[in-house]
Amino acid sequence: MAGKDKKVKVPRATMPEQAPEVRRRNFMEVPLGLTDEMAITEAARCLQCKKPACVEGCPVSVDIPGFIQKIADGDFSGAIERLWDKNALPAVCGRVCPQEIQCEGNCILGKKGSSVAIGYLERFAADKARELGSGTLPKVADKTGKKVAVIGSGPSGLTVAGDLVVKGHDVTIFEAFHQTGGVLVYGIPEFRLPKDIVASEVATLEKLGVKIELNSVVGTTVTIDELFEEGFDAAYVGVGAGLPRFMNLPGENLIGVFSANEYLTRANLMKAYLFPEYDTPIAKGKNVVVLGAGNVAMDAARTAMRLGADTVKIVYRRSREEMPARAEELHHAEQEGIEFVLLTNPIQFFGDDDGRLNGMECLKMELGEPDESGRRRPVPIEGSEYRIDCDLVVVSVGAKANPLLTNSTPDIDLNQWGNIVADPATGKTSKKAVWAGGDIATGMATVILAMGAGRDAANSIHDYLTIGW
Amino acid sequence: MFKIVSREEMAQGTIILNEIEAPRIARKAKPGQFVILQVNEKGERIPLTMADVDPDKGTITIIYMVVGKSTALFGKMAVGEEYFAVIGPLGKATHIENRGKVVCVGGGTGIAVLHPITRALKDAGNHVTTILGSRNKDLLILEDKMANASDTLHICTDDGSKGHHGFVTDVLKDVLEKEDISLVVAIGPVPMMKFVSAITKEKGVETLVSLNPIMVDGTGMCGGCRVSVGGETKFACVDGPEFDGHKVDYDELSNRLRAYLNDEQKSVDESEKNA
Ligand SMILES: Cc1cc2nc3c(=O)[nH]c(=O)nc-3n(C[C@H](O)[C@H](O)[C@H](O)COP(=O)(O)OP(=O)(O)OC[C@H]3O[C@@H](n4cnc5c(N)ncnc54)[C@H](O)[C@@H]3O)c2cc1C
Ligand SMILES: Cc1cc2nc3c(=O)[nH]c(=O)nc-3n(C[C@H](O)[C@H](O)[C@H](O)COP(=O)(O)OP(=O)(O)OC[C@H]3O[C@@H](n4cnc5c(N)ncnc54)[C@H](O)[C@@H]3O)c2cc1C
Ligand code: SF4
Ligand code: FES
Repeated sequence: MAGKDKKVKVPRATMPEQAPEVRRRNFMEVPLGLTDEMAITEAARCLQCKKPACVEGCPVSVDIPGFIQKIADGDFSGAIERLWDKNALPAVCGRVCPQEIQCEGNCILGKKGSSVAIGYLERFAADKARELGSGTLPKVADKTGKKVAVIGSGPSGLTVAGDLVVKGHDVTIFEAFHQTGGVLVYGIPEFRLPKDIVASEVATLEKLGVKIELNSVVGTTVTIDELFEEGFDAAYVGVGAGLPRFMNLPGENLIGVFSANEYLTRANLMKAYLFPEYDTPIAKGKNVVVLGAGNVAMDAARTAMRLGADTVKIVYRRSREEMPARAEELHHAEQEGIEFVLLTNPIQFFGDDDGRLNGMECLKMELGEPDESGRRRPVPIEGSEYRIDCDLVVVSVGAKANPLLTNSTPDIDLNQWGNIVADPATGKTSKKAVWAGGDIATGMATVILAMGAGRDAANSIHDYLTIGW
Repeated sequence: MFKIVSREEMAQGTIILNEIEAPRIARKAKPGQFVILQVNEKGERIPLTMADVDPDKGTITIIYMVVGKSTALFGKMAVGEEYFAVIGPLGKATHIENRGKVVCVGGGTGIAVLHPITRALKDAGNHVTTILGSRNKDLLILEDKMANASDTLHICTDDGSKGHHGFVTDVLKDVLEKEDISLVVAIGPVPMMKFVSAITKEKGVETLVSLNPIMVDGTGMCGGCRVSVGGETKFACVDGPEFDGHKVDYDELSNRLRAYLNDEQKSVDESEKNA
């Protein structure tokens, strides 16, 4: 193809963004989105590979060259329909997927130059559809009369609900919080994922006929068995990984030490950044330390900066290469003035007479032999203890399975970490008519994996309701 | 949903009772459990213990002291108005069994929390001695109900306007001297629970207290409610709210309850300014 060489030379689109010195003090979205021209130009870079490597990198096999071609042709509603085929939440995924290790990481153009900006294009198509109200909603099949309870309204629960309502089942979502969306609303901040996007995805589900019962903590407000007694035929458990991990260090209960879950829930779900207009307060640190280096840690650090911190440090015991956050998050955090203190491990926290945090002790580390994960194990450098002054620490070292629901349902098998054992292909659990997926089954993973598990489970639930267990 | 069906004022309007429609919660709730309420979409999530439930009517009853912005907003709601959110039942239920002779000690709105537990202990066949404390006779709540749920009732006021002039701990010491008590349940302000526990620890009498740390979700998701019990960190919303009174770090709890003092004052100031 003669055009190939020419295409390679067009540079990858650069996302227009709020300038770092401005955005570090506001909660508005950082990337502003591609213009129509930029999107069309970017889409034209795609080689339309016969065997698209990008699709192999996508956990839900989106027809990537297909939707990109539609954008290149200026057919934006065609593009969104291609996306919706495989992905119910493209506006979300375009913003939060780790594209660099999935589709874009595989893109053939990336071998020599830079990959197609698949994430930006996905976001573009989805935003365009929301803006124009374009793209037709899927057709709802004839009512089957079967009732499905979806427990948890994170990305996996929303996917199951959407898929099954379209197949004609009567779907009710039970959500513990007063708002739907799971981590998308309580964890990921507004500046990365505007909440009206999540709300509009949920509104679409409601239009399709999904019912939502908020403030329902399944396991205490009602149990799964009671839902079956009420007439539900099947249940999907997508309750996420909602149990914060602490480090069990001396001083961890001082005022000023928070789990990322608490800090981000106050900021995002409860909108504490708008206090006192919203009633929930949040600690505003001057010198903030965030422990951990994943997406959660970056969100906490960038939130602290936006709440007016003078300094924000990420303290992480491994090196730069091992930081698990998305490349874009690391880049954005650094641009906003967040300092990475690497190869450093916290040992204890110090407080004043009123029990308020005023500092912490750290130990420097060096890289030793590789561990089970193949990463070089950080080992302490003896005598390297030193103090960091800080008045706010956010512990972001991961989350575990919350036992609230599973304790009330002893006939669902759990693994040694308390996660629900679910068949990887279907999501079936050890309990009849109960499926599970997303973080509660895998441990904290990604939005797209949670959605993929939801899609597989929805297919399996549909088979059960129409054929049998 | 969550409509207020009846409302009462107690203790000269400083303490309010709301009976709220919440059929799913009413069906499941047991003594010692609590709910989290939000007054409107912008409201804070506020934990309150269920002082009563009526599963047939599908209602729960909360009794709260007006102490800050949120409880003030709750207190202004009239019969027929609805809470934006009520979730529950949360926390572990009190373990109720016949222990023989038990003492229930309550202070302030802790008395509301104590009432269903006292009643359940009595129904389980215990001989119940109850000791209630308040600053003065006008601030004392639920005296009649507590009398009904107890075999013996003692009242203490700080100013001597009713019953014993002094603290609940004075009477408690006396009762522990004279009778063979196997369990003490103490619910009230942190200092009260701390002093009661110090006395019963000396005597070796098992003691349950109900802790009230600041909470957000109430489901074990945030860890904001952590308390130290016997040197271990516990989440009060799921591991409690009741704990072995002899093992609780009360000073840490008192400190943590003051975490947002400045913001709470700002909240009250702002809402008064706007009113
Ligand atoms: C701060 C943060 C940032 C992240 N950033 C990214 C990112 O950039 N990219 C990415 O791919 N992934 C990211 N993740 C991970 C991703 O969000 C999760 O993997 C994903 O949300 C899991 O989806 P889920 O549906 O399994 O559960 P969740 O999203 O956790 O949703 C579970 C829902 O169930 C509800 N629930 C819990 N218990 C009950 C109960 N007993 N009854 C009823 N409802 C209940 C919860 O309230 C919640 O709404 C991030 C996570 C966090 C915390
Ligand atoms: C499990 C539990 C059961 C409770 N039961 C009752 C009850 O039956 N009756 C009653 O009167 N009170 C009860 N409380 C205390 C009640 O929750 C607080 O008085 C209320 O939250 C105060 O909110 P505010 O906005 O009016 O006051 P604020 O001015 O915000 O706070 C006043 C004080 O209340 C505490 N507080 C503030 N926010 C919270 C929060 N989100 N969670 C917990 N405490 C907070 C703080 O110590 C604060 O200094 C209970 C608390 C817990 C944890
Ligand atoms: S691998 Fe890259 S160039 Fe090939 S189809 Fe996918 S996005 Fe287009
Ligand atoms: S209130 Fe969040 S864990 Fe207890």
